[in-house]
Amino acid sequence: MTASGGLSSNPYDHVPSLDPSDPPKIEGSERQNLLSRYYPDYRPEHKSTLRVGCNKGDVVPDEISQILESRSLLETKVDRMVPKEPDADVDLLIIGGGGAGMTAALFAQESGAKVLLATKLRVGDSNTVMAEGGIQVALGGDDSPVNHFKDAYRGGHFVGKPDLLSVLVKEGPDVIGWLVRKGVLFDRDSSGNLSLRKGGGTSRPRLISAKDYTGLEIVRVLKEDLLNSGVAIWEFAPAVELLQGPEGSCAGAVFRDVDSGKLKWVKAKSVLLATGGTGRLHIGSFATSNHFGATGDGLVMAYRLGAGLINMDSFQYHPTGVIYPSEMAGMLITEAVRGAGARLYNKSGKRFVPELETRDVVAAAIIRECEEGRGVRTPAGHFGVYLDLASIDRDMGEGTVSKRFPNIVKLMGKHQVDCTVQPILVYPTLHYQNGGVTTDTMGHTSVPHLYVAGEVSGGVHGKNRLMGNSLLEVFVYGRRVGMIASEEAQKRNPFSWHEVSVTHVERFENELEREFPGTHLSEAPLLFPDYRNHPDNALA
Amino acid sequence: MFRYEVPEGAQLIRVWINGKEWQVPEGLTMVQAMWHTGHEVIHGIGCLGGVCGACAAVYRMPGDFHLYNALACQTLVKADMAFSLIASFPSQRANYNIETLPDPKEGLFELYPESATCRNCNACTEVCPQGIDVRDSVWRAVFGDFKTVTEETMSCVMCGLCVSRCIAEMAPHEIALYARRAYGARELPFPENLKVRLEAVHAGSYDADLDRLGGLDPNLLKKECETK
Ligand SMILES: Cc1cc2nc3c(=O)[nH]c(=O)nc-3n(C[C@H](O)[C@H](O)[C@H](O)COP(=O)(O)OP(=O)(O)OC[C@H]3O[C@@H](n4cnc5c(N)ncnc54)[C@H](O)[C@@H]3O)c2cc1C
Ligand code: SF4
Ligand code: SF4
Ligand code: FES
Repeated sequence: MTASGGLSSNPYDHVPSLDPSDPPKIEGSERQNLLSRYYPDYRPEHKSTLRVGCNKGDVVPDEISQILESRSLLETKVDRMVPKEPDADVDLLIIGGGGAGMTAALFAQESGAKVLLATKLRVGDSNTVMAEGGIQVALGGDDSPVNHFKDAYRGGHFVGKPDLLSVLVKEGPDVIGWLVRKGVLFDRDSSGNLSLRKGGGTSRPRLISAKDYTGLEIVRVLKEDLLNSGVAIWEFAPAVELLQGPEGSCAGAVFRDVDSGKLKWVKAKSVLLATGGTGRLHIGSFATSNHFGATGDGLVMAYRLGAGLINMDSFQYHPTGVIYPSEMAGMLITEAVRGAGARLYNKSGKRFVPELETRDVVAAAIIRECEEGRGVRTPAGHFGVYLDLASIDRDMGEGTVSKRFPNIVKLMGKHQVDCTVQPILVYPTLHYQNGGVTTDTMGHTSVPHLYVAGEVSGGVHGKNRLMGNSLLEVFVYGRRVGMIASEEAQKRNPFSWHEVSVTHVERFENELEREFPGTHLSEAPLLFPDYRNHPDNALA
Repeated sequence: MFRYEVPEGAQLIRVWINGKEWQVPEGLTMVQAMWHTGHEVIHGIGCLGGVCGACAAVYRMPGDFHLYNALACQTLVKADMAFSLIASFPSQRANYNIETLPDPKEGLFELYPESATCRNCNACTEVCPQGIDVRDSVWRAVFGDFKTVTEETMSCVMCGLCVSRCIAEMAPHEIALYARRAYGARELPFPENLKVRLEAVHAGSYDADLDRLGGLDPNLLKKECETK
């Protein structure tokens, strides 16, 4: 039985026999051809050139230009009137309660700073909690941070920033030690070492994980410590705008309480943006693996205040998102299943790409198969290919899939797909924002006293992130920038609330008016995607 | 624009959302059914991926006295289902430092004295959307078998549904979190491979190489990194 039960054309009715012969190899220039023809980043459609702001001239996906070249949610003069007193006055304001924000808050608090963490949903409702596969850290006897550096630099197509990468690989073991001492249960091998697994694009097994609950396991622990830490916490309080202080610096932020609708103003000596990624913008109409709040708000607010962005043309479409049953569209099937030996097959049951190629290459190959008529059609009219996990059990012993990937088995099971015997229908899903706000090794942006950490920042992964390097970045830079931002806050020259304003918003809007006279521009940050019953929504 | 699709040929079915009757196509999750009917859902959605536990829900089916529970982002609506979200269920959480706690096994009874009052009703196990044997995990924790608690409760999404049902008024998921942390931080030895690597990092063993790579001109760096 399958999810669509009595409905029309069920793609599970005609699964071909799967031919295990090796897929064709991909040689040198073929890889580039495949990427430029099929990978969304390299295709010309749905792109625009930014006309306003400090990245003027950059070509980015339409959905990115729409949020960057947008009007403020502070619509009226009244909205923009700075109240007599701020609602809170802190050393460090952290915006976003995912992995980077929580980590930064814990370290900042420990350093003695007065910290406020404000987040859009509940603390921990984030992309971090969803991470399945694991974290890269070079622990193998034949491995080292140097190998890790080389793999990540190669994986990022040689445009990642070397200094950011150096810090990432060098401080990695420290933050993992921090998590282990808090009782985070990474899988162990029989001698008590952290188990190391292989991920795509790496030269050594380097991935540590907590079954396929890595993010959940970490978030449960950090959230408990954070709630107990004494850090002030605002939940359901999305930031809508940053505040400008003396000399173009950042001086706090404005929040809109979800329940009361009221604006809340925070004065801060340092502001750390840890708002994560952009999956819910559904760039190129792709489904997404991201949590409900991944709408790129940090990019919008930082850009308006004058912070530069980098690599905003580069996104990770994870090759294996569920495409059927359609109500699960976008849900991630971790790359670790391919590391363990899962295979991809097209409509005729043939393998078409080496499964452990980098993510972009595998995604491009899947798109190619579907565009050239070798994809499997779903009842909703989409196309996908088969991801077969049964080969894992055949190669590594009955029960391996259930043991290593209990979450996938459970979730697919809820939708009546037994993935230990049935292949999963997949298509690339919008997964990760490779670029972001430009930063240095201290988390600085081009705006004084505005810092970034985690997925909202750009540079370290170049134009392609390898699995497991993002979680590592979140904890390494969360810790580092949390400490640096609170230290620099305490050293900052005092300034008064009267020097704080949102005049940068007006300046930005004037620039927009000059470039797009009379054009209706949408409002951003988006805060929450809206899938309700609108006329243009298929659910209608 | 991206849309969550209604499967071709889907029939309309009747459901009750927060007590009100609606018609929705089959093949939607509870959350999607709420969107479909125009509900704005913010409290009650986190990940949409079945791991954050924000979307705990209760439901009943006609002619069936059972009260069912589910994660609303993962559960498909059925004809005549009546459901509501319980986006937050209050529970007590202990404040402790796992690294410095003198005796983690004793600590459980100081922090969660109610853990020893389980009345074996099994309601927590029956309600758990993750299929965890919650009742057993509480007993294992009480007996100090934190290792088994760990194995049993790894998939807990902290939705709090077990708390909503417990007649001993405890928070089994918080107890399990404590037991897991105590096991990881205090019973398992610190991993040797991590310890060795940390010593090497702190001794500066990789600094020279990393500094050299960082100082190379981009073409040379590319050359060095090109092969695996
Ligand atoms: C399904 C999935 C699986 C993944 N698996 C892996 C993996 O195995 N290994 C790996 O390394 N990486 C993985 N990643 C990537 C990784 O999890 C993320 O890149 C990383 O967790 C990002 O952390 P963050 O703290 O920067 O952002 P997030 O964890 O997304 O946190 C950002 C927080 O900011 C909040 N926020 C957003 N806007 C606002 C606003 N305006 N005001 C206030 N708060 C706001 C959000 O709601 C959220 O709580 C995965 C990602 C996904 C989605
Ligand atoms: S143990 Fe309790 S909190 Fe955890 S998933 Fe089950 S019902 Fe939810
Ligand atoms: S619901 Fe409470 S009393 Fe009943 S078995 Fe579970 S822990 Fe024990
Ligand atoms: S929204 Fe996270 S589990 Fe349902």
